[in-house]
Amino acid sequence: MAAHLSYGRVNLNVLREAVRRELREFLDKCAGSKAIVWDEYLTGPFGLIAQYSLLKEHEVEKMFTLKGNRLPAADVKNIIFFVRPRLELMDIIAENVLSEDRRGPARDFHILFVPRRSLLCEQRLKDLGVLGSFIHREEYSLDLIPFDGDLLSMESESAFKECYLESDQTSLYHAAKGLMTLQALYGTIPQIFGKGECARQVANMMIRMKREFTGSQNSVFPVFDNLLLLDRNVDLLTPLATQLTYEGLIDEIYGIQNSYVKLPPEKFAPKKQGDSGKDLPTEAKKLQLNSAEELYAEIRDKNFNAVGSVLSKKAKVISAAFEERHNAKTVGEIKQFVSQLPHMQAARGSLANHTSIAELIKDVTTSEDFFDKLTVEQEFMSGIDTDKVNSYVEDCIAQKHPLIKVLRLICLQSVCNSGLKQKVLDYYRREILQTYGYEHILTLYSLEKAGLLRPQAGGRNNYPTIRKTLRLWMDDVNEQNPTDISYVYSGYAPLSVRLAQLLSRPGWRSIEEVLRILPGPHFEERQPLPTGLQKKRQPGENRVTLIFFLGGVTYAEIAALRFLSQLEDGGTEYVIATTKLMNGTSWIESLMEKPV
Amino acid sequence: MNRTKGDEEEYWNSSKFKAFTFDDEDDELSQLKESKRAVNSLRDFVDDDDDDDDLERVSWSGEPVGSISWTIKETAGNSGSTHEGREQKSRNNFSSYGQLSKPVSTYSLSSLFKGRTRFGSFQSLSDALSDTSAKSYAPELGRPKGEYRDYSNDWSLSDTVRRLRKGKVCSLERFRSLQDKLQLLEEAVSMHDGNVITAVLIFLKRTLSKEILFRELEVRQVALRHLIHFLKEIGDQKLLLDLFRFLDRTDELALSHYREHLNIQDPEKRKEFLKTCVGLPFSAEDSAHIQDHYTLLERQIIIEATDRHLESAGQTEIFRKHPRKASILNMPLVTTLFYSCFYHYTEAEGTFSSPVNLKKTFKIPDKQYVLTALAARAKLRAWHDVDALFTTKNWLGYTKKRAPIGFHRVVEILHKNSAPVQILQEYINLVEDVDIKLNLATKFKCHDVVIDTCRDLKDRQQLVAYRSKVDKGSAEEEKIDATLNNLHIRWKN
Repeated sequence: MAAHLSYGRVNLNVLREAVRRELREFLDKCAGSKAIVWDEYLTGPFGLIAQYSLLKEHEVEKMFTLKGNRLPAADVKNIIFFVRPRLELMDIIAENVLSEDRRGPARDFHILFVPRRSLLCEQRLKDLGVLGSFIHREEYSLDLIPFDGDLLSMESESAFKECYLESDQTSLYHAAKGLMTLQALYGTIPQIFGKGECARQVANMMIRMKREFTGSQNSVFPVFDNLLLLDRNVDLLTPLATQLTYEGLIDEIYGIQNSYVKLPPEKFAPKKQGDSGKDLPTEAKKLQLNSAEELYAEIRDKNFNAVGSVLSKKAKVISAAFEERHNAKTVGEIKQFVSQLPHMQAARGSLANHTSIAELIKDVTTSEDFFDKLTVEQEFMSGIDTDKVNSYVEDCIAQKHPLIKVLRLICLQSVCNSGLKQKVLDYYRREILQTYGYEHILTLYSLEKAGLLRPQAGGRNNYPTIRKTLRLWMDDVNEQNPTDISYVYSGYAPLSVRLAQLLSRPGWRSIEEVLRILPGPHFEERQPLPTGLQKKRQPGENRVTLIFFLGGVTYAEIAALRFLSQLEDGGTEYVIATTKLMNGTSWIESLMEKPV
Repeated sequence: MNRTKGDEEEYWNSSKFKAFTFDDEDDELSQLKESKRAVNSLRDFVDDDDDDDDLERVSWSGEPVGSISWTIKETAGNSGSTHEGREQKSRNNFSSYGQLSKPVSTYSLSSLFKGRTRFGSFQSLSDALSDTSAKSYAPELGRPKGEYRDYSNDWSLSDTVRRLRKGKVCSLERFRSLQDKLQLLEEAVSMHDGNVITAVLIFLKRTLSKEILFRELEVRQVALRHLIHFLKEIGDQKLLLDLFRFLDRTDELALSHYREHLNIQDPEKRKEFLKTCVGLPFSAEDSAHIQDHYTLLERQIIIEATDRHLESAGQTEIFRKHPRKASILNMPLVTTLFYSCFYHYTEAEGTFSSPVNLKKTFKIPDKQYVLTALAARAKLRAWHDVDALFTTKNWLGYTKKRAPIGFHRVVEILHKNSAPVQILQEYINLVEDVDIKLNLATKFKCHDVVIDTCRDLKDRQQLVAYRSKVDKGSAEEEKIDATLNNLHIRWKN
């Protein structure tokens, strides 16, 4: 089921098995038949670690989504609530418990907080008079969820906001906890590098936690050589730009949730002979996207302009394979052909899906507006005209394009200019408030506080220095056969990944000046290993670096890191962890004031 | 699978703009078509029954059969729709609490006891905070000796915090002196566990006076941030504002107060609340915005009342012909201006609903005003008004056309509102840049403009190329032919 998790340099199935074991243990604590009531948000992440069959083996007979009023009828002994520690969910749970029919058979209630118990929530349950109704109140530390062979995420939507706006450390604490779990399974990571305020804090927490565990020496042979902790606010630029890899564009346009994407169904209608277009499905087509699908693994990280040729080559190979049937003459040959059929059919299905997706994306990328937007983005990133009001942005506002699109562009301009001139900023703000509503003043403040949209301080623009030193803008980019990470944005090399690249070779000492311009401290820590566990690297053997993005990471950045991992002489392979897989849109959305 | 280069190009290059490749050499995506054909041809040959795939079984929606979210849908299928119910509920749940009676029995000692003996200690952190209740449910029947220590009050500071972190019962009441309390807080902060920090903060909030709490937290920034977050979470607006005032964080104070208006549904009450925001310590720029927000809602309330009345009376033509789709309350300024240009265009400046009045009151720039008025009048197909928008008279009485937004934008907006060709033509001709003009004329099929422009440019080749785009035997074709055959034109190519 999750074989793709074990193909990478680090077998992440070990982590998956560990969290599954913990889940089983909890379920067995509640003896007898059970029903699970789900916080709907959790079903996605849980789906990545367990199937219903696992729950069923442990006597889970019914499952419901958490909603108000009375619980649906279920003839079970235990009712277990699986919830995030959120106050509004406690209100619903209390309503469920209070409207329980007391004439019916007595049922035991339990609550499982994911990833952490919360005092506030328990207090709320207590205030509502139901705290005593729960027999088990426990926590399930699902901090880092394996998404792919080289990818882990906490899927915490609010992490960026909490870290950089509210300075709340809770998600950093969870990140540190997740890293401790990883170290318990994969050995102590001997070297920790970091850049940024939050990175510093996570490292401090890890060191502190490790001290508390003294006595039980970790005897696992270390798999990771380095840990690199990176604050998202060190690189605010990258997520704002439109991702141009295949996976990145799928996410930009349709949004990938827990490795699933929902697509318009029309392109996927099963075409059968003699059945012309009737019964078109209306429900969105849902597809899982991960490296378990061979073709997807091959194309997801490519620049979208290089996807067409791969699909076409694949088509030829598959056609040829099916043609083989004409050559199969003997019974043995036919038998062999038939035995390959399932694999061929899967390959054909996969090709059909991705051809359809690529067509959907192409419709967007060939539109005039997409072209205009991209042109403006690329101008900003290469440092052109960032200090005056941009006419395309003005037009977008005048035509009332989605506010998030406008904000993404303005923030990009601000970041590429180390803040906007006061006059320019005032102009944009005024236009936005008048066109989209004054209440967005709250959102504008949040963006300013996060450093995304702010006035230029001291009239100094540092971005050109950063851009030149880190070679963030590459004029000659090869989208088909890339030689540099800048292919993921067709010219712009993601700052975050450049930092990782430079750390591994030649080291950060070469870019001290830029590191001082970027926010937060940079540091290095060592976690000493007993001699028996020290690694003797074979010549030519790559180092393994765990890179943790605090505040979120985009698919394009992941693609760039995979590109580095695959370089012949790269010397470093990356495993990526983050608080949230995100894109510019979901990011800005998480910072916007939500009307109550 | 034979395809000609020609039709492939037409298929893939039908859109003028290409994706983000800046070179025009090759369109790699053209190969998509090939793979699509391959896939389709294979479909004919392979039995396409999905159920026969002996790989993973997947339901139509794509979720693997047996996945958690799929199963919820299956087992909960008959328990009603999942979405609407819940959303509505969560909005209402505060009010609905009033109707729910608190069951006394669930809180009884026996029920707690039942849980305890079967499963060991499970008291929450919060239990630990209220001294009295912690003691009242500590029946220690047949408990192994070692477990007594769980309820001991003798834990050291660091042990206390460590136990809190593990979610174990631990009374904080014994930390009586301010110094003890602050040490406890510092210990919790050094653990970084937000949950424990909050636990201690709740304890401090309950046992310290506001002044002392604020004073001590001011020098403990991490704890302070947690308190702010906590107050926001539980919605203790009053204490939060007090805190911001104490800390002299004026902008947060102002924002936090202003944010409250989002929770007020009743327009009159919201307006009154916004009035209280006007004097808040925002920057000068933002103070003006907040003032405008208040003034705008005030206007909208007046306009809404009048227009609703007019509409229901059914005497006014504009409302009969174009019934209002929604109330104007709480709409942005530009939307309000559009509304006013749509329904109240000719009103004198003295009325609140007149566009000119709005323009003056909110200092709407010319550009913005013209754009909005144009869109509104074009939607009503009031071409005369459109014309008047761009006509200026100089002191000699000559009229001249002028558009602060550029005539190319005017054309785009007119086209969006499906203006007839004659009107479009008139404005395309006013576009100064020849390339843009040709581009627009081609895009919107204003043949005369294209032909005349080519003629003026003496660009024979372009005209020949355009000929292939017009219908055979049409008037345009005739005109092109006539122009091409005109011996008086000295073509440049």
